[in-house]
Amino acid sequence: MGPNLWMNVDEVAAVILFGIGFTTLLLHKNMIKKIIGLNIMDTAVYLFLAAMGYVDNRLAPIVEHGITDADLYINPIPSGLVLTGIVVSVSVTALMLALTIRLYRKYRSLDLDEILIRMQKEEQR
Amino acid sequence: MSLVQNFPCFSIVICMAAGIFSTPLKGKQAKRMTLAVVTMVAMMSVLTLLYVMDAGGSFVYTMGRFPAPWGNEIRAGILETLLATIFSLVMLFSLLGGMDQVFRDIDETKVNLYFILVDLLLSSLLAIIYTNDLFTGYVFVEINTIAACGMIMIRRSGRSLIAATRYMVMSLIGSGLFLIGLAMLYDISGHLLMENVHEAVTHLVQTGEYGIPLLVIISFITVGLAIKSGLYPFHSWMPDAYGYSTISSSSILSALVSKSYIILLIKIFYRVIGFDNIVISKIVNVLFVFGLVGMVMGSVSAIMAKDIYKMIAYSSIAQIGYIYMGIGLATEEGMIAAVFHVLTHAITKSLLFLSAKGLTVASGRKRSFSALQGAAFRNPLAGAAFLVGSLSMVGTPMLAGFISKLLFAMAALGATSEKVLITLIVLAVSTILNAVYFLHTVVRIYTPVNVPEEYKYMRVHASPGTAAALFWLIFLNFFMGMMSQPITDLIRFGIEMFA
Amino acid sequence: MSRIRDDYEHSLWCRLVRWVNGETDPMKGKMEMEPLRESDLIGDSVYNPDRLDRKKVEQYLEDTEKNTEIRAFRVLYSMASVALCLLLIAVLLLAVSWLPVLGDPNGPNNNEVSARYVEKGMEESGAVNMVTNMILSYRGFDTFGETCVLFIAATCVIVLLRKNEEEIENARETDWKYEPKPDAILQKTTLVLVPIIFLYGFYIILNGHLSPGGGFSGGATIGAGLILYVTTFGFHKTQRFFGEKTYEIVKVGALSLYSVTMIYYFYTGANQIRSMIPLGTPGNILSSGMILPINIFVGLEVACTMYAFFALFRRGGM
Repeated sequence: MGPNLWMNVDEVAAVILFGIGFTTLLLHKNMIKKIIGLNIMDTAVYLFLAAMGYVDNRLAPIVEHGITDADLYINPIPSGLVLTGIVVSVSVTALMLALTIRLYRKYRSLDLDEILIRMQKEEQR
Repeated sequence: MSLVQNFPCFSIVICMAAGIFSTPLKGKQAKRMTLAVVTMVAMMSVLTLLYVMDAGGSFVYTMGRFPAPWGNEIRAGILETLLATIFSLVMLFSLLGGMDQVFRDIDETKVNLYFILVDLLLSSLLAIIYTNDLFTGYVFVEINTIAACGMIMIRRSGRSLIAATRYMVMSLIGSGLFLIGLAMLYDISGHLLMENVHEAVTHLVQTGEYGIPLLVIISFITVGLAIKSGLYPFHSWMPDAYGYSTISSSSILSALVSKSYIILLIKIFYRVIGFDNIVISKIVNVLFVFGLVGMVMGSVSAIMAKDIYKMIAYSSIAQIGYIYMGIGLATEEGMIAAVFHVLTHAITKSLLFLSAKGLTVASGRKRSFSALQGAAFRNPLAGAAFLVGSLSMVGTPMLAGFISKLLFAMAALGATSEKVLITLIVLAVSTILNAVYFLHTVVRIYTPVNVPEEYKYMRVHASPGTAAALFWLIFLNFFMGMMSQPITDLIRFGIEMFA
Repeated sequence: MSRIRDDYEHSLWCRLVRWVNGETDPMKGKMEMEPLRESDLIGDSVYNPDRLDRKKVEQYLEDTEKNTEIRAFRVLYSMASVALCLLLIAVLLLAVSWLPVLGDPNGPNNNEVSARYVEKGMEESGAVNMVTNMILSYRGFDTFGETCVLFIAATCVIVLLRKNEEEIENARETDWKYEPKPDAILQKTTLVLVPIIFLYGFYIILNGHLSPGGGFSGGATIGAGLILYVTTFGFHKTQRFFGEKTYEIVKVGALSLYSVTMIYYFYTGANQIRSMIPLGTPGNILSSGMILPINIFVGLEVACTMYAFFALFRRGGM
């Protein structure tokens, strides 16, 4: 382990969440839980980015009283990346939920394995 | 700045605008607009290619008023424009060749939505090819994924829904890894623009700072993109996704979408991390091993496959294995062979999918091999196209596939000693396996026995669009097989321009 | 003296003779033949041991509770999942422990790039909010792509969930079940709240360049207001002012104006042509050049998309 583990405690939290979300998305069989995993994973990335962008004792990057001193405000880039990431994740979540609805209407199940079994049975008929 | 230099930007933005304007249109109008836009993009790409060859160097186009490292940028070199040309041509032919199927497979009220997806897919492909900025790459990778998912599930059968879901899950896994890698890379380099990140990374490698995070970043980005492009152990979504969507989608997905991630990966290797650092990190060896395994396993699965689309889909897995094997050789020759194979596979796989569609249509839309017997006599053009595609994939001289196999073999000889023998052996084994399943199918479709009475005199005549698409793809195959030297030189020059 | 064989029928010589005579196919059973037809399998007159076994096998497979193999597989699967999760976290923690210290003003990402955004941003782009400035002006291409992500996701959801006219006709009979009952408290509260929510949403959009906010957050707020209205009053009342036609006009209008603006911006920017859009005085509402109109376009698009997601999930049409 490197020297900065305890100093980077926010990023530590972010990567633990990332691992949990990633595994849920990859290995859970329930579609809704997969989507929850996806959202945990994305949120973890935003936490990582937001933590990375913070600088001690500096303000949010909105100019006040016309003072434009780079030492007064934090870096605006990570905040912008978080914004982009949120929009992407909203879109993907909506798409996954819509797919889940259609799968449920057709196979009456949320379990991906169960859905595969039912599909194969339907095709054998 | 000359007008031609605006063309890469124009082609991306025009595709996006065409997608937006297609929303209120009817299906037929949206089709015309999409075809016009794709043709226009192809023409602009050719002009840009000529311009870049004439100027003898790449140019950078700032997207907006602010230069790098503050604003967005795109960059057009020889390799980028060549890829854009071939990709837009393959896109055009795939659309033309599968157009009647699009109108048959998709609900009438939703055809215009299909063309929105196609437009935005093309824009994201172009943006991934041209981008000079990592985060732009991420955003357009997401557009690419969602559009591809939409193109799979638009057919609305149960199979294609499940295929789309599995595709989406695997893609999101890949995106997640890519994004966290990107965030960490930004954290240690402080830039998002490729050239500046490259500078920062070179500096870090020299000073030895952040060695462990850099290794983790490289592996996360590589694994993320490899998952998205369907490298061997992550391929499970591919056969269903290619086998059960409408034929234009299958053709576009297998020929272009999975390749675009590989192109982005090559760009990141050369322009962000630096290829020497990649070789030091040993990640190429991992790609090499999985590529080799994929080459054999994909072919074995293709031999076992019971329907023709699945066979072609499994063959794609093997071909992606070839590409990663070429990257994994860790030499410039290997990279040239990989890029050449990207082009070869794009034109050949679309040809195979389109001709397979023609053959199944001539066999009463049955896709099992027993139904396909003698199909080449019922649909001669599709039969000939399938023959050419198969021969090219197997590696017959005069066709594009032969050149890529030759390049792979030559590249293998130049690699480090432990890789030479294994590469040559696996290449030979994989070629034999390729020959087994492709020629078996070719023999099948040219065997005129025991056709059911009702099919005996049934001859399917390809529509003009399909015929033109098949003809041009066959022509491209021969062209790349016989004029390989200039194209290889272009790729070599383009890759040298990357570094 | 030759041995008399009673299994002559199966001997190699006999098979060769018969193959030469053309009586049998030597490859029988070795190559794919005509597949068995369904009619061969069905019917009690044909004795078919395979069929009985298959039923048993299926029963055994489906009985997941008692099947020990499936249970063992499940235990193994969950253990492997936990192991993978821990491995991934361990790798990431190792990387994080070597990353630069959080909150360090001299960290690698506080470099000349962010300095210019802060120091020159106001005079170059005219917005006071540096994040808005960065995403809409400096990195405008990313944000245009991001808007397209939302647009294409909405398209995909329409593909999946929009019902055609016949289905809507069929659904109309049961639709009343899902329509809200007239509820005095809910309706009066909504009537008070919705205008305030809309006002606040527009405030966020119009002040995107001056304070935290912008098109995406403001649009989401307006979308929430629309969703509140529709859950209280039902689709019939909402369609009076926001039906499918309105949705399409607003969305396509906003997006096409956005794309025209971006094309103009890219073209003039890259070719060093003076932009015709005035920047105005930073701090005023009417300032910051193209950022304000883009915020409005994005806000309208996001509001429409949010409402469309809800409407499509709820009843498959607007």
